[in-house]
Amino acid sequence: MSEHSVEKEQSMLLQKQMIAGHYQALARAPEEGRKTVYTFVPGNLTELLRSFDLLPVLPEINALQSGMRKLSAGYIAEAEKYGHSEDVCTYVKCDIGMLKKGNISPTGTQLPNPDLLLLSYTGCFTFMKWFELLRQEYDCPVAMLHVPYQADGKIHPHHRDYVVEQLRSEVIPMLEKISGRRYDEDRLRASLALSVYAEDDLVWVLESAKNTPSPIDAYFGGVYYIGPIFSAFRGTPEGVEYYRTLRQEIEARLRDGLGPITPEGSMGRERYRLVVEGPPNWTSFREFWKMFYDEGAVVVASSYTKVGGLYDRGFRHDPDRPLESLAEYCMGCYTNLGLPSRVELLESYIREYHADGFMINSVKSCNSFSAGQLLMLRQLEERTGIPGGFIESDLVDPRYFSSANIKNRIESYLQMLEQKRGTKVGA
Amino acid sequence: MKPELEQLVHRAQQLYEDLDLAAVRTWKQAAPGRKAIGYMPIYVPRELMHAAGILPVGILGGGDRLEIIRGDAYFQSYICHIPRSTVELALSGRLDVLDGMLFPSIGDVIRNLSGMWTMLFPGRYVRYVDVPQNFDPKVGGAYWRRELETLQGDLTRLAGRAIKDDDLRHSIAIYNQNRQAIRELYQARSWQPWVYPTSELYLFLRAGNVLPPEEHTELLRQYLKLAPLEEDRKEKDHSRVVLVGMFCEQPPLGLLLTLERAGCWIVDDDLLLGMRWLTGEVEVEGDPLANLVTAFLEQSTATASRYQPEGDRGRALVESVQHNVAEGVIFCAPSFCDPALLDQPMLIAALDRESIQHTQFKYSEDTGQFAVIREQAGTFSDSIRLWSEA
Ligand code: SF4
Ligand code: SF4
Repeated sequence: MSEHSVEKEQSMLLQKQMIAGHYQALARAPEEGRKTVYTFVPGNLTELLRSFDLLPVLPEINALQSGMRKLSAGYIAEAEKYGHSEDVCTYVKCDIGMLKKGNISPTGTQLPNPDLLLLSYTGCFTFMKWFELLRQEYDCPVAMLHVPYQADGKIHPHHRDYVVEQLRSEVIPMLEKISGRRYDEDRLRASLALSVYAEDDLVWVLESAKNTPSPIDAYFGGVYYIGPIFSAFRGTPEGVEYYRTLRQEIEARLRDGLGPITPEGSMGRERYRLVVEGPPNWTSFREFWKMFYDEGAVVVASSYTKVGGLYDRGFRHDPDRPLESLAEYCMGCYTNLGLPSRVELLESYIREYHADGFMINSVKSCNSFSAGQLLMLRQLEERTGIPGGFIESDLVDPRYFSSANIKNRIESYLQMLEQKRGTKVGA
Repeated sequence: MKPELEQLVHRAQQLYEDLDLAAVRTWKQAAPGRKAIGYMPIYVPRELMHAAGILPVGILGGGDRLEIIRGDAYFQSYICHIPRSTVELALSGRLDVLDGMLFPSIGDVIRNLSGMWTMLFPGRYVRYVDVPQNFDPKVGGAYWRRELETLQGDLTRLAGRAIKDDDLRHSIAIYNQNRQAIRELYQARSWQPWVYPTSELYLFLRAGNVLPPEEHTELLRQYLKLAPLEEDRKEKDHSRVVLVGMFCEQPPLGLLLTLERAGCWIVDDDLLLGMRWLTGEVEVEGDPLANLVTAFLEQSTATASRYQPEGDRGRALVESVQHNVAEGVIFCAPSFCDPALLDQPMLIAALDRESIQHTQFKYSEDTGQFAVIREQAGTFSDSIRLWSEA
């Protein structure tokens, strides 16, 4: 195990270095005259930003990192002090609170003010309000990219045209203005070509969970795996290297018949294979994960790892159609899909990954994810004949993580699966 | 109250209380083959439905008159109330009279509700109406035109008849008249809120959810004419306030009454905003779809769910305060309403810059206790009167 944990640590180490390096680059940005663009994970245009030498900042990532580092409660309290409602998305409040307290990144470095807010309005209404709020704080320009919702699960040509036209007429001119550079499509193509390598490897890693035992946890481990590609590193050589390394590590685990690595080493016997819908809780992330691996429950597929793109369903950035494929990417992110498509996707995961059960972690913050999840639960139960579990928590507000309650629910759910299994064997 | 007005108010009240949509059933039964389509807040192009001979029916949840039996099982406790009562209305068969539902892009809850509808009621016509957030005619305008064409195609199939340009021009004119009547009513209330108290005006607006627009306009005009004839409607020493945050889940009528009893004349609001979404006339001559597109791009009202490229959130509210000579603003938003509650700090900042007073509270469509709100609104009203006298 130790050998493998060292291997695992290589990709983790790499990721750590990449993230730390990025935050440092951001801290140096003002003195080096580099410009920064704040934007969102779903529908992010990292390759395009990088092609202008612009540095992306992802407030959602800052918020979740603040949650993991136990900083979010203070930030949320700060935002509420400034009149932000208790009822709204805690990512927004965490970000505003962080800003009010000096905009120190979760790694302790100074975050630069944005030169532009790139409002990729994909899959979440709150994004618009979030950047409107930031616009008031920073008094900087905003580029809006409205991404139509895929209510019927299809990308209609005029939807794609609309997004491409916005890229051409709104986003690119704004990036040119901010960066002082001309749009260089060849540079964008080169970056998109790199994205494809990383995307292929990421998909391979995620799909490795089809094996029994699964060599990965596709939710708790998965959130680490998606880190680089969902944030600042898609389309970069570091991104490619990270995913190559990660893939090699998982290939080795698979060869050796090992289960997922957890904070406490390799997981023991795989007893339950689960599909999970909804984002994790970040403030008690490890404790939450432990509730699963202590019981031998491994998550084999999750929807959260698709918020930044559904690569496992075949999407790849296409250097030959740079803007069109960026548009399709934006439209295809998980929360931009209608509920019927979300249910279909989860159902297919349950079948393809041979799951014993599925769980929904419903987070208070996020209407985009959560509204309708109780119906999704019923639909999935009806379609698969498998009972589902339902837990409630929040992303970064620790007030909504009731540890005993959640543990209880997970345990009883797994017991129920066990009983079901027993009945089946007996039958 | 004089009998004529009493009758009119009674009719509006009946329509308001009619959760079974009897008026819609009656309308449908009056001629064979008639269709009706429901729409949720906020904006849908009702002209297109009207032009297809379809009755657009505003669905705003169940208010405080509906017992929620099944709806709660579909939504977590931290989600607002309107989707659960709307699901309740549908599961109890009250919306069976509708031949389809449109879900506008107001926020993620209504958006997701569109998908829930597709799963809950397979076979029924459902469409999510994703309005543009880019207001360049060549970009957002081109997209919106295609969306309208698609919707037009759907409605044509549903109605079983083509929508001719002249039909659409006629419908645009009809809705222009309706919006004009509403504007006049709002202006009249702003001048004399004691003549058109909001708790009453609201009932007349609500009637527009279920009546054909021609009939609704007539009703409004009658109200405009009759209300001033009430001699006992006298100016009182009330404060003048603008109400904000009620553009989706509706407050119970009792809440509006409570505010008035607490000494507040409501002189502007964002209730039933979909009916007043377009702030001016839509051009009737020429290409009617193009005219609807242009009106949307250029004449949409400022509200939380519409992006404002120029960024000055709160300007419209400040202008409303000034235009209506209001003395303060009451933020009155549904609990858990992200669009309204996330908007609030920006609006408050704009008011603070102008030294406009404000207070805030939350409600749910089925709120039944108003004592706290009454006290808070009363204190607010007293304080702004003192302020303006000082
Ligand atoms: S509502 Fe959900 S998707 Fe939107 S910002 Fe909050 S957590 Fe993210
Ligand atoms: S009340 Fe607010 S949160 Fe609820 S559906 Fe309406 S806009 Fe969305």
